[in-house]
Amino acid sequence: MTTTTLTHPVPVDDGHGHGGGHHEIEIPYTLHPRPDTGMYNGKLGIWLFLASEVMLFGALFSTLILLRTSAPSWPHGWQELNIPLATLNTFILIGSSVTVVLAWANLRLGDLRKGKIFLSITLLCGLGFMVIKSIEYATKFRHHHFPSTNNFFATYFVMTGLHGLHVLGGMIVFGYLIGPGAKLWETNRDQYTNRVEVTGLYWHFVDLVWIFLFPILYLL
Amino acid sequence: MSLRAFHIVFIVVSVMLSLYVGVWGVRQYRIEGTTGALAFGVIFLLAAVALVIYGMNVVRKFRELP
Repeated sequence: MTTTTLTHPVPVDDGHGHGGGHHEIEIPYTLHPRPDTGMYNGKLGIWLFLASEVMLFGALFSTLILLRTSAPSWPHGWQELNIPLATLNTFILIGSSVTVVLAWANLRLGDLRKGKIFLSITLLCGLGFMVIKSIEYATKFRHHHFPSTNNFFATYFVMTGLHGLHVLGGMIVFGYLIGPGAKLWETNRDQYTNRVEVTGLYWHFVDLVWIFLFPILYLL
Repeated sequence: MSLRAFHIVFIVVSVMLSLYVGVWGVRQYRIEGTTGALAFGVIFLLAAVALVIYGMNVVRKFRELP
């Protein structure tokens, strides 16, 4: 097990009524599953984060259901939105989930070159998704469809916009793992592979959100 | 849950989505009679089949990983 020490001093009471003392917090980077949690700390951290994300998107999905069921009329997504572009984006994201798993599997097999190739393909898939999404947004704006137009477009822009931000966040992490973050491979292969796994879990969650967004927003 | 387990969950959900969208496309074709809707439905039904085949293969490959 390797550990890292936070360099930021945390003020603590020095026993004389003064808060001027300092204490260092150690956060262990476990590489193998801990017996108490059944997983290494990075994975536990990402699952806790994803649990908060479930609550965030869950609240938005609930809002959509409440707005839709209480509205006297609600447009059909397939009449207002671009189905072919959304279909293409769906396949791009499903494909990117496959490539991120391939990247992780190749790293597990000790092949950094192939791992980076598949990470790069995943990053390109994310970029493709964002380009298509921006084309879709631009078309909507040209037709004077904004979040303020009605509740349908308000929920559409909020949910797809927030999802897009998550895709962008994943792309930044993939860029780091392909670039400067890959140096870790030379010193600690297991930790680098674990980082890719954790990012892959996040990416799968983001793709899963789209899998629910696509039929609910575009088809119903 | 590991990445392999989550990937399999993701594939199962993707198959369910593909089947739903495939049936939706065929139903739209019956209502509207547009070939675009039929093509849309067929594409997703084929995607569902492809994802099932991929899923079975990936489960076998995962067992070979260290």
